[in-house]
Amino acid sequence: MAVASGTLSATADGAPGIRRDAAISPLRRLRNGAWWGVCGLAMALLIAPVVWIVEYVVRGAASVWHWSIFTLDSTGVGGGLRNAIVGTLWLTLGVGVLTSLIGIGSGIFLAEFAGRSVFSTLLRSATEVLSGIPSIVFGYCGYLALVVGLHWGFSALPAMIVLALLVVPYVAKSTELALNQVPLAYREGGEALGMSKALVLRRLVMRSAIPGILTGLIIALAISIGETAPLIYTAGFSNSLPKLDLLHNQVGYLTYASWTFYDQPSAAVQALAKEAGLLLVFLVVVFILSSRLIVRMTQRYSPNRVGGGGRRSARRAARSALRVDNLGPVSVSPTTASQDGIARH
Amino acid sequence: MDDEQSPAARGPVTGAEAPRSPASPLEDAPGAGGTLAADSRARARWQAVSHRSLQWGTGLTSVIPLAALAAMLVILLVEAIPAIRYNGWYFLTGSTWSYGNSYGGILHTGGVAHPAGARYGAWPQIAGTLESSAIAIIVGLPIAVGAAILLVEKAPRRVAAAIGLCIEILAGVPSVVIGLWGLFVFGPWLARHLYPVLAHMPNVPILNIFRGPYGPEGLLAGGLVLAAMIIPIIAATTRDLLRQVPETTKEGAEALGMTSAEVFLTVQWRWVRGGLVGAAVLGLGRALGETIAIALVSGSNLHLASNIYGTMTTIAATIVGQLDAAQSDPSGLAVKTLAEGALVLLVITLVVNVVARLIVRRSARGASLPVGAGF
Repeated sequence: MAVASGTLSATADGAPGIRRDAAISPLRRLRNGAWWGVCGLAMALLIAPVVWIVEYVVRGAASVWHWSIFTLDSTGVGGGLRNAIVGTLWLTLGVGVLTSLIGIGSGIFLAEFAGRSVFSTLLRSATEVLSGIPSIVFGYCGYLALVVGLHWGFSALPAMIVLALLVVPYVAKSTELALNQVPLAYREGGEALGMSKALVLRRLVMRSAIPGILTGLIIALAISIGETAPLIYTAGFSNSLPKLDLLHNQVGYLTYASWTFYDQPSAAVQALAKEAGLLLVFLVVVFILSSRLIVRMTQRYSPNRVGGGGRRSARRAARSALRVDNLGPVSVSPTTASQDGIARH
Repeated sequence: MDDEQSPAARGPVTGAEAPRSPASPLEDAPGAGGTLAADSRARARWQAVSHRSLQWGTGLTSVIPLAALAAMLVILLVEAIPAIRYNGWYFLTGSTWSYGNSYGGILHTGGVAHPAGARYGAWPQIAGTLESSAIAIIVGLPIAVGAAILLVEKAPRRVAAAIGLCIEILAGVPSVVIGLWGLFVFGPWLARHLYPVLAHMPNVPILNIFRGPYGPEGLLAGGLVLAAMIIPIIAATTRDLLRQVPETTKEGAEALGMTSAEVFLTVQWRWVRGGLVGAAVLGLGRALGETIAIALVSGSNLHLASNIYGTMTTIAATIVGQLDAAQSDPSGLAVKTLAEGALVLLVITLVVNVVARLIVRRSARGASLPVGAGF
């Protein structure tokens, strides 16, 4: 490809006196400008809500900010957000454990053992479809099956299970993609040394796939922190500090504070809703930035060529493996996965 | 080459384990002190066991998403059966939503317990779900696609990275935060600045849907908030599709003297349009299921929106908003009816998602331009 473009530019350079765009009529030039103008407008309309929302959140919280939200629990008439912050972290911890167990295991199976059978296609499709199910449906099922059906009551474990299932597709997909991007030579080298497949996986393949897996996990946790609807039905809410147990005790969390405190009569409680919103946005931005940092750090050290053969540049391959940034996601996966599949085999 | 690079590649992430890595990989097998033959036999057995347990263990976890999907369908179906029998087709076509007289004693109709006068018609919610999602996709799709085109084709690397961050943040902002923004900032802004202009549209077909009384909360506000929420999904997907278009095809078009817009419309557009349909439908799926934001901005009205600005609600918003009321129904029918609503929503989104993925997959396999698809 480099050779091809080199030739092209040489030809262009080799024709002195001919302006490259001499043949373009004013009308076409106008149409070109209009086209990109419309695209620019679209870009402005994409960026505007981001700036607007962040501005609203920051300004709204800044005017009422008080640091005691970290030391006081919420009460009906004011207080702080300590119980909600601890509850959110507790739920996130549980979600992290569950979703990495299921997601990474599932990704390993799909990448290493499943091959391309009907069954594996079914598993992949189910994982992708799961990411498109509304979170309220997850929540209501969790409510019916776990909270009521198993008599667990509104508590931490149903919430963790529901959230973990909600975000598991992101972890599974990023694990599978990351494993698929590990150079074949790593595996061949390991097997040539007589290592078993499990050992190759653990010692060689997993290590270079970890950044991609980690990125997916971080994005998954960022999504789970921002969820409200499934938690209303599973975690309930509590004004006291979570006991860090799993069953029968309701747990507070930040999104609930935003969701219900905003229209309370007390101004102090309304302030908590705004502050919870700022904390949520802050947490999500930190998660997104840290996943980007991981991608950047590992791209710097990543090999220039991934896999043998294929004209696709390795940088692009690495990007497509590590980038799970589109939170909407797994959306891209069918395209990316199948085309990468073509590129690899 | 790979040998030289591999330590560096895993250096930064596995720092904690680094001291162990110089050891021979074979050391992991047990019985390292035995004779060579026994050693290798033990190692082979160990390898077989570890391989099989890894395969079965990970295989078990990979079934969980499928099982969860099936379990959700079964749970909702079983829970909803009495409601389906009681409500019949009225659930899909009727417009009255009433818990009945909870002090009037429990009646039994066809074996289903219910309060006197309970009637559940979810048509306004179903229509509200479809209408708000349609607005979201009509507004959001052009914005997302246009922005993605500019991002991939024109934006310098650093700008593209910054805008990529914007897209991620918009996708990551919790829906409750976007909902509150819609309720307190965006909705009132629309009612003050945009709606007065729209409401004075000329009285001709299509444009006349904008005429009429308006308020800050309602269908259009909800649809526009949904648009903001699905734009990042569609934009990110479009961006990825565009980046897969091979450079050589673009260079070929440029060599023919086309302007950059013409290059886009003749080359990239044909390359990505199939995938775009899939991306749009994925965004649609997200809009159909959005709960919290729409519950805040829609005005929570269990009747059909009176005009495009009218208050309304969606299936998802009803489930989250009506639980307290439903739990007070002593016969339990209200909770089961909400399960029926969740089932309808699940089926709608399942169909939308499966269709979207089929489209995306087909367009990925049979890329419309043959050049470059083979490698």
